[in-house]
Amino acid sequence: MAPLLQVENLTIRFPRAEPVRNLSFEAGEGETLAIVGESGSGKSLTALALMRLLPRGAQIASGRIAFDGRDLIKLDARGMRHLRGRDIGMIFQEPMNSLNPVMTIGRQIGEVLRVHERLTGRAARARAIELLELVRIPAAEKRVDDYPHQLSGGMRQRVMIAMAVACKPKLLIADEPTTALDVTIQAQVLDLLDTLRCELRMAVVLITHDLGVVAQWADKVVVMYAGRKVEEALPGDLFDNPLHPYTRGLLAASPRLKNDFHYRDGALSEIPGSIVSAGGETGCPFRPRCAEARASCGHHMPPLTVPAPERLVACPFTVPVEAMPHAAAFSL
Amino acid sequence: MSTTDIATLRGVATDRQVEAAEQPAPPTPAEAPSWSNMRAPDARSQQSAAVSVTNGRRALKVFLSNPNALFGTGFLAFVILIALIAPVIYPGDPLSMVGRPFLWPGQNPAFPLGTDSLGRDVLAGIVHGARISLFVGLVATALSLTFGVVLGAVAGYFGGRIDDLLVRLIEIFQTPPSFVLLVVLVAIARPSATTVTLAIAIISWPTVARLTRAEFRAIREKDFVVAARSLGYGHRRIIFSEILPNALPPIIVTSSVMVATAILMESALSFMGLGDPNVVSWGSMIGTGRELVRTAWYLTALPGLAIVVTVLALNLIGDGLNDALNPRFSQEG
Amino acid sequence: MPLLSVSDLKTHYKSRDGLLRAVDGVDLVVERGETVALVGESGCGKSTLGKTVLRLVDPTDGRIVFKGEDITMLDQRRLRTVRKSVQMIFQDPFASLNPRHAIGEILEAPLVVHKAGDRAERRRRVADIVAKVGLPADSVSRYPHEFSGGQRQRIGIARALLLNPELIVCDEPVSALDLSIQAQILNLLVAMKKEFGLSYLFISHDLSVVRYFADRVMVMYLGRIVESADNATLWSDPRHPYTRAMMAAVPDPSRRRHAAPLGGDLPSPSHIPPGCRFHTRCPLATNLCRTQEPEFRPVAPGHHVACHFADEPTE
Repeated sequence: MAPLLQVENLTIRFPRAEPVRNLSFEAGEGETLAIVGESGSGKSLTALALMRLLPRGAQIASGRIAFDGRDLIKLDARGMRHLRGRDIGMIFQEPMNSLNPVMTIGRQIGEVLRVHERLTGRAARARAIELLELVRIPAAEKRVDDYPHQLSGGMRQRVMIAMAVACKPKLLIADEPTTALDVTIQAQVLDLLDTLRCELRMAVVLITHDLGVVAQWADKVVVMYAGRKVEEALPGDLFDNPLHPYTRGLLAASPRLKNDFHYRDGALSEIPGSIVSAGGETGCPFRPRCAEARASCGHHMPPLTVPAPERLVACPFTVPVEAMPHAAAFSL
Repeated sequence: MSTTDIATLRGVATDRQVEAAEQPAPPTPAEAPSWSNMRAPDARSQQSAAVSVTNGRRALKVFLSNPNALFGTGFLAFVILIALIAPVIYPGDPLSMVGRPFLWPGQNPAFPLGTDSLGRDVLAGIVHGARISLFVGLVATALSLTFGVVLGAVAGYFGGRIDDLLVRLIEIFQTPPSFVLLVVLVAIARPSATTVTLAIAIISWPTVARLTRAEFRAIREKDFVVAARSLGYGHRRIIFSEILPNALPPIIVTSSVMVATAILMESALSFMGLGDPNVVSWGSMIGTGRELVRTAWYLTALPGLAIVVTVLALNLIGDGLNDALNPRFSQEG
Repeated sequence: MPLLSVSDLKTHYKSRDGLLRAVDGVDLVVERGETVALVGESGCGKSTLGKTVLRLVDPTDGRIVFKGEDITMLDQRRLRTVRKSVQMIFQDPFASLNPRHAIGEILEAPLVVHKAGDRAERRRRVADIVAKVGLPADSVSRYPHEFSGGQRQRIGIARALLLNPELIVCDEPVSALDLSIQAQILNLLVAMKKEFGLSYLFISHDLSVVRYFADRVMVMYLGRIVESADNATLWSDPRHPYTRAMMAAVPDPSRRRHAAPLGGDLPSPSHIPPGCRFHTRCPLATNLCRTQEPEFRPVAPGHHVACHFADEPTE
């Protein structure tokens, strides 16, 4: 059986740039796929493309987004509207911007139910309270009449999640759902998302820049750099044994709570340079910042190879898996 | 993890590179700095555009490359020139009767735009009218800008009691309909170019003060202002050098519209007969021509056209200035 | 004599909900050459504390002593001399630079204000510092919007360094930056500290960054310091339940799919709970905690905790 979501060779084009190029990944029912990347990697555009909500000027130039047996790219606007909010839910980074400030949260959740399940009045309200309980909002019966500004950031994100899962979607897209939250609240929200994934058997596409979040919560990880997939692996493999120079650099550059490395012991390892837009250029986008780069890297984008089972990497000069120093070097 | 592990890893990678017998590309700068961060690698990757012109010159360049703004400036310059040389090209009093009444434009080459019901030269009227319109528009705006910006800036920057006081004052001025207030003010004083100008300034400054205050309140909280305070800058420097340049674009746009509004208000006053009776203005020309609008429509249309095009030119200039003074839009320039 | 010492500092604001106690009785010492980190979640008052120390916000009560001089009540004029020695680096590299000034103007202005040298001398010092923080020399004629986030943070650092300060308050200096840029900026801060003998008051919510960057750590919760210890001790032997909860919430691959979440939200600083201010979220709370505020007391040399049960063994 084909996986629930299958993205093949997705290319997103702006008039003068291609922020996402030839991107493929898939996510099965009940699975969390994490897409990691820094700003400018194209990860958020990818999320919007899945919902067909790309900003003006951007368009899907080629590729296929197969969801539940249908190609979303070929779907008309009406069909897509039916899918959004019902079969595919989405939550965003900043819940304050995505909630309507002049409407109670109960009405906002009710709106989703009205549109997709034709629930009205008392039934919608009762279901809204159920949903608030589902996302662990205490005193849901009272909270349902609150306005967004009366809630804390964590609570607002819970309300967003309640709206996103109101119609029991098959797929939930979470675009940096915890970036704006504090670390203790982030743990609560990620735990909630994971519980809902289990209970509702949803596939979750988790877009994030936080490698720690990925390591703890994802089933599969796609690492993006300048619009390209540079590596894909199971999280354990990725952190024990990163293959692409970019992934290796990122892991080496992040300070960790669990090791005793201190500034008096030495400098953090750095990735030189910063991400530059990969508009129209050929070759590996990471080349200008890569310590392993050679002349051939500038000729064409290295194809994805399979160095080990369930792994993909887009670098021909990667260290062979068996030659890696002990995995513990990279544990978080 | 430690850096040694990374070094090992790099070592392994290099060995493999040698095996692959590839010609390594030179991706990193050759120098070996004592601190790795001193390479400022992220600085390198950014293309350093050779921008060495100063802010003002660059803004001018952008402004001059905007055709709308150029048209506006060109037309306004033309009107100003006309106003300046009016006594030279029409040395006589434009209110004196010089020809046969109701000459249509083009009928008599001596009066290219015709004459009015009393036989006064329409072109001379429009040329001299430009003087009073521009004088009132520019001076009234300059006065209300000075007053409004200073008060608004002080209130917005310092807040507290000064701010409360100013807000009350603005409310007093903005409660009655502004044109009614203007009529009352002019009616109390004897109508002359000076009193009309002052009256217009008095009813216009609250708009500027309000806008400036709002901008200052918003910008005051920005990090770069906090940074300026943390560096020990004085109030005057923060107000004029840090905040004001950022608050200017909306003020500039408003001020160009204000010149236009002032010209319109002066015309409206003159139209109602509340203008200076001793000088000709576009508004008074329309006023005297309005009863003849069916028979001699050119008497209202021509000064009306002068007002419309001048006001339009001012608006175009305002838009152009806004684009030019904002560095974020000026990259293409 | 410590470089900076703050005692019983309080910063309260009037707000619509009543009195907002952002900083509510903080003692803090920064020694010369030391990096003291202030960690806590948003709303705990750490940024307000940083700004109060700089006298950008007026304190309600308490004392701020810098190099032996009480600066708590100093007027703006006399503060100017102090400002040369205490500087700030901001979180948002986009908001902290005036978009209408070229980098050269931004960097020269502090020297003009403090009447440091003639024009040529000032230009030379600006060029020096630009090179030192690793920006290309032509940066001075460019505007903030032409730079990337990491580069702007370098400009912010250059500006803070220009007046040869002794203490720099860093308010989340890397949290707005991408991971690959964070390490560059942290390394730059370390290098500058070594070169200029700086002390840092480092405000952050990111425990991993603090683990690398700090000499001493103070954990702040709802306007108060709840635990303070030197870096290694704090992470190996955290005593306050809040410190432990924060550490447990940092994502960790060895705890696959298992969060150890701390329940509830941070209460509003205008409605601080009575007794121990953490009791509403604390897994160990007893009746004692609900009624009596714990004292901030030493549990080991250099290790202070504000918890009634700080002597209980770690679970």
